[in-house]
Amino acid sequence: MPDHEGNGHSIIAKYLRQDRLPHIWCPACGIGPALNCFLRAIDKSGLDPDKISVISGIGCSGRVAGYVKLDSFHTTHGRAIPFATGLKLANPELKAVVFSGDGDLAAIGGNHLIHAARRNVDMTVICINNFNYGMTGGQVGPTAPYDVRTSTTPYGNFESPFNLPLLLYASGATYIARWTVLHLHQLENTMTEALLKPGFSFVEVISPCPAVYGRMNKEPEGLDSLKSYEKRSIIKNGADPKDVGITQNGPIIVGKFIDVDRPTLHTNLAVVAERAKKQVKNS
Amino acid sequence: MTDNGHLSGEFFINGDVACAEGAISAGCRFFAGYPITPATEIAERMSRRLPVVGGTYIQMEDEIASMNAILGASWAGVKSMTSTSGPGFSLMMENIGLGVMLETPCVVVDIQRAGPSTGLPTLVGQQDVMQARWGSHGSYEIIALSPDSPQHMFDLTVKAFNLSEKYRVPVLIMSDEVVGHMSEKVVIPEISAADLIYRKMPQIGSGPYHPYKADESLVPPMAIAGQGYRFHVTGLTHDESGYPAMTAAAQDRLITRLVDKIKTHADDIILYDEYMTDDAEIVVCAYGITSRIARYAVKLARQQGIKAGFLQLITLWPFAERRVRELASRVKTFIVPEINRGQIVYEVERCSCGKARSLSVPHSGGDVHKPETILAAIKECHA
Repeated sequence: MPDHEGNGHSIIAKYLRQDRLPHIWCPACGIGPALNCFLRAIDKSGLDPDKISVISGIGCSGRVAGYVKLDSFHTTHGRAIPFATGLKLANPELKAVVFSGDGDLAAIGGNHLIHAARRNVDMTVICINNFNYGMTGGQVGPTAPYDVRTSTTPYGNFESPFNLPLLLYASGATYIARWTVLHLHQLENTMTEALLKPGFSFVEVISPCPAVYGRMNKEPEGLDSLKSYEKRSIIKNGADPKDVGITQNGPIIVGKFIDVDRPTLHTNLAVVAERAKKQVKNS
Repeated sequence: MTDNGHLSGEFFINGDVACAEGAISAGCRFFAGYPITPATEIAERMSRRLPVVGGTYIQMEDEIASMNAILGASWAGVKSMTSTSGPGFSLMMENIGLGVMLETPCVVVDIQRAGPSTGLPTLVGQQDVMQARWGSHGSYEIIALSPDSPQHMFDLTVKAFNLSEKYRVPVLIMSDEVVGHMSEKVVIPEISAADLIYRKMPQIGSGPYHPYKADESLVPPMAIAGQGYRFHVTGLTHDESGYPAMTAAAQDRLITRLVDKIKTHADDIILYDEYMTDDAEIVVCAYGITSRIARYAVKLARQQGIKAGFLQLITLWPFAERRVRELASRVKTFIVPEINRGQIVYEVERCSCGKARSLSVPHSGGDVHKPETILAAIKECHA
């Protein structure tokens, strides 16, 4: 059995910076289980860990980059995806994984998210969706359902949320899945698949934030959120992304929604580079 | 064209194209950018040239993305560049700061136009030079160069890459619309490996790698992604290991080194040119396109028997503090024409320490100074 420090636990010893523990996350936060699944997925994927780069933005989920024992980059708010795009294009041998939160990826970084999906950059994006800006104390996020309470929507959220799988589908992502942190087994398998999928893969992880979001929305304990997920989750692999929007109390559709193939940015760039060289040679 | 795709020989090209060729010659193999007048020709040239030399060109969704993409590429071990103009330069500011904090070699070209805001997109300005120095939040030092011709664009772009690799800092090329769009003869030399600087890498077997542990040069060796070091870097204040360190002491240690690694090497970084300053009583100090007009105005003044001289700032940042101080001790007046309402003149004034007078010859932008305007300022001071 692993001890408190995780010694003897091969996955943790291999992929977690134990000298950085304890981590900053609150008790019952969903980022920990999601990170655990991610580390297991890396192990399972068979990818060379020396060739994996983890790039994060800012926020609670953005701190993941600081805990993984991999090449890791903690960048600016919203900008992990373009940083990762440059890294991947400059050295295609690297596997680029962006691990960040809903506010970072879909609000301030929303433009980069849709364009990376459109380009089909070889990249896996893991999005912890806890519907709010946890690190700054629970302000409304771009995925917060209508009418939820946050520190900046004290009378109820008056905006509509992004349905991330639909947004990503419309933008051209070739792999889109969603699980809650209650679905650990599925999450691990999905992350493994996403890591090995050529092109742009997107994994949304519905995650409790009991200390902030939960407290304001009648789920003050982590377990409250998990119970809610248990009650509300419906597994529907292949569900149409337009049908998976999340409301305050409605069902949470989970599963692998999209898994299609189209040429990646890198493949297309290679074609163009060949053409360029031929044209210059002939001119 | 040589085997590795570098051009060499004599060309009649504009400053933007010369800049792109300078980048290729310097070994730049990644460019990310976003269309903007008057810098677009750099991106267009790079899109044509990079695929042929084994590099990658990508047009990003905005300048914020472009700046981040070149940082990412640099961490993958590839020399990288972006180019823009005022509005895009403003958007890049936050992540130029990330480049400073992560100590990431890269080159950012600003073909300045007149602002603020959209301003005069197709017409010249020199209004971003203080933004280059102070535009990102926080305390830091940066390197900025100011070319005055297409040839200078080529030469200083090569220089910019060398400085960025040597000091692990983004280097800014603060050019302008006139220099970017004017076509002149550019001699592209054969560039050999000896002319180019590459970042210091960690020595294998030298113990555990600390991404921010520097020797007396104050510039730490830089590992790149995928080499097996499994390093961590962050825009948060960090210690030598690269890990966040949230204390005033760690902040002081880091920021002092980031500032000192540029300041203590100022003599290596600072370039300037002088004309007839030996006996000058009045020194015109200018940079970029304005320096060509200023030099001519000084020539005219000399023809009229006025002891005028000319100081051309080629490195804008760090500022040529020592040279201006030396000159201030023996000249009466500095005249500073620039295509803005007064920016570098404040630096000249600061370094003069009250020993010499500083006179601004401002210009709101849209065209360049007339030689007569600068000459009139010289005569006024002479009177």
